[in-house]
Amino acid sequence: MKIIETDVAIIGAGGAGLRAAISVAESDPQLKVALISKVYPMRSHTVAAEGGAAGVIKDEDSFENHFHDTVAGGDWLSDQDAVELFIHEAPRELTLMEHWGCPWSRKPDGRVAVRPFGGMKIERTWYAADKTGFHLLHTLFQTSLKFPSIKRYDEYFSTDIVVVDGKCCGFTAIEMRSGEVTYFKAKSVIIATGGAGRVFPFTTNGAIKTGDGMAMAYRAGVALKDMEFVQYHPTGLPGTGILITEGSRGEGGLLVNKDGYRYLQDYNLGPPDPWPRKKAMELGPRDRLSQAFWHEQQKGRTIKTADGDVVHLDLRHLGEAKIDERLPMVRELAKSYVGVDPVYDPIPVRPVIHYTMGGIDTNIDAATNIPGLYAAGECSCVSINGANRLGSNSLTELLVFGARAGSGAAEFAKARQGAINESAAKQEAEKTEKRLAALFAKEKATESIPGLRKEMNDTMESGAGIYRTEDSLQATCTKMSEIRKRSANIGLQDKSKVFNTDMAEALELDAMIDVACAMANSALQRKESRGSHQRLDFEARDDKKYLKHSLAHYSPDGNPKVDYRDVTITSSQPAERVYGGAQE
Amino acid sequence: MSRDTVQLEILRYDPEKDSEPYFSTYEVPFNDDWVVLDAINYVKENLDRTLTYRWSCHMAVCGSCGMVINGEPVLSCHTFMRDYGDKIRIEPLQNFPVERDLVVVIDDFVEKLGSVKPYIVPKVEKTVDEGEYIQSPAQLAVFKQYTACINCLLCYSACPQVGLNPGFVGPAALALAHRYNLDSRDVGRAAREDVVASNPGIWECSFVGACSEVCPKSVDPAAAIQQTKIASTVDYFTDFLTPWRKQ
Repeated sequence: MKIIETDVAIIGAGGAGLRAAISVAESDPQLKVALISKVYPMRSHTVAAEGGAAGVIKDEDSFENHFHDTVAGGDWLSDQDAVELFIHEAPRELTLMEHWGCPWSRKPDGRVAVRPFGGMKIERTWYAADKTGFHLLHTLFQTSLKFPSIKRYDEYFSTDIVVVDGKCCGFTAIEMRSGEVTYFKAKSVIIATGGAGRVFPFTTNGAIKTGDGMAMAYRAGVALKDMEFVQYHPTGLPGTGILITEGSRGEGGLLVNKDGYRYLQDYNLGPPDPWPRKKAMELGPRDRLSQAFWHEQQKGRTIKTADGDVVHLDLRHLGEAKIDERLPMVRELAKSYVGVDPVYDPIPVRPVIHYTMGGIDTNIDAATNIPGLYAAGECSCVSINGANRLGSNSLTELLVFGARAGSGAAEFAKARQGAINESAAKQEAEKTEKRLAALFAKEKATESIPGLRKEMNDTMESGAGIYRTEDSLQATCTKMSEIRKRSANIGLQDKSKVFNTDMAEALELDAMIDVACAMANSALQRKESRGSHQRLDFEARDDKKYLKHSLAHYSPDGNPKVDYRDVTITSSQPAERVYGGAQE
Repeated sequence: MSRDTVQLEILRYDPEKDSEPYFSTYEVPFNDDWVVLDAINYVKENLDRTLTYRWSCHMAVCGSCGMVINGEPVLSCHTFMRDYGDKIRIEPLQNFPVERDLVVVIDDFVEKLGSVKPYIVPKVEKTVDEGEYIQSPAQLAVFKQYTACINCLLCYSACPQVGLNPGFVGPAALALAHRYNLDSRDVGRAAREDVVASNPGIWECSFVGACSEVCPKSVDPAAAIQQTKIASTVDYFTDFLTPWRKQ
């Protein structure tokens, strides 16, 4: 087994991983940073974020506004100390990105422009046209090339965290090119592997979003927190699930049903002003909009297509010039993938799995309960997003907490006493080699990887979708536990060592099954409705019992033990979430 | 048009067992809405687990799935089956070593990208507390097009110079250098010039324009290279005529 020694190792080279790497490099150029990813950095899914990143910048806005929008948007499940830290750091991080070259869209006076997003009182979403994630990712990647202490290991598939005597001692990864297992011996490790949307069949998430890092931490003994909260984005293209940014509605786009009626006014989001007012109608939060779609569908007021029911997102009144300036990618995507030019026709859209609010349980410093192990970005749950993330908070989150994880991991690496017990660590790492060898050696596979993946996708959609019940969730939990068992019978048809994607898909499926089990079981046990977790059998929020984070603890049989921890409340007591005209 | 199936001829090569590449043919269902990547995924899921390729976003922004389809370098997630006949031939990008099947080795490109110093060298160092640099929409418009590159490498596959001259930095990396040179916040042009102007390839780029033709994001690297040449020539003559300026 190859051993690579470093001070800080980072798994994942998307927005959070790159930001963390730069943070370590800036805090101490003597520290060796290893940045490991299963893809090249610019392929990471941060690249697909469109609409923007939130940070207070306007004079008439305030930190209090951003705090309250975030906490209320999260249905009071966010930890308020973490939100306070986040909103204060947000404009600083976004300014730093500007200094590093991010091509933010500008106002005529040359200052950074902002647009409104859903659930937002004053506009505070910084944007680079509708390719904000793309530009942030490339800015971070290109800036990272400045630092000689950052050494990249592109296309290494990470598999297991190595823990010795309760401390993180690195992790194992497979070099895709050679198939060789490598032990990254590190004083501290940051997981920044993104979300797990691929657990579901219809998602905006790229193929790589399989929850690998979440599962690694989970198996190593870190709880997965608030996994029942999965965000449906209200506007994805039918068929492909391609994201149509909330920025479209921030610029004035309207949602109408089959009768051309702005149906959101029927769901406590009105009145339907000609220009959407903030925190109302099309600028309501994502959970409410996706739920409203579900109700419209029940009423038979959606539009039938071969790829499922849709409503229409109408941008025509914005005009060609504005669409081309602010939403060029939306126009291009709609033209290419559904044959609709939004300048002339409304875009068909439907809710689509977009974001995992839950993730690896960390504290406000991005640290997990395993000393030396950190997590940041979508794979983590700090938590600032609570039960429903506000659009444009996640790009900012990966910067703020990526940087924080980086400085925390750097400090930990410097202060760490005593050498890593290499023989004990190597013994741990060898378990990966054995597991892999067994996978390659298996002759009689009775389960197929795509087959099992589809069964997982289907049961998650049918049982743990926008609306859930005891029966639907119980069926999904039972099915997932069955899938967990059957997954022991998958094997590889591809036995090559070179860039073996059959193997990668097997490992990804393994991770997704763990994540799906955590999601379904956490959802089954939360007998209330809050944010994105809506139970038809428990329609109200229940603060007495469930103003708490769920913590799913790994169990090899796919039936995790779930317990709870109180939410941190500082200044905002839980209240009713009010949107539309009623808020004023 | 009522086609039931389409044949995919895909180049295969596994260095562990093949002495040279060969083609495998797969019959896949025809679907009017499918991009070629969907058809390849169909093969992977249903017909052949050993087929090897890269992909992720399926929306033409991550840059993973560049391939040569019927002789043209394209993104397979942005190229529709309906635009081809009954046979589609799929090969890896040209001008790169093949790692396996449709996966090519891009180490050399990544190295070159870093060599052009693709980051801001600030005119004036500012702290975060001092806020953002002022940049007018017109100043942004000067370089914005060159920020759109997704590193998909179609231009490297299409460029005759990349094939002839392995030292050539290549279209995407030169366009990126140009992007930073044009940015009103940046003064790094002189530092980049070492790599850019002295590069063996740039002066040999014959302005065939193949790079710009295949670019899925309309970056127009050919224009970037021509503008770079002009700027470097002006520098050369300015230095020649006014040698004191260099100090």
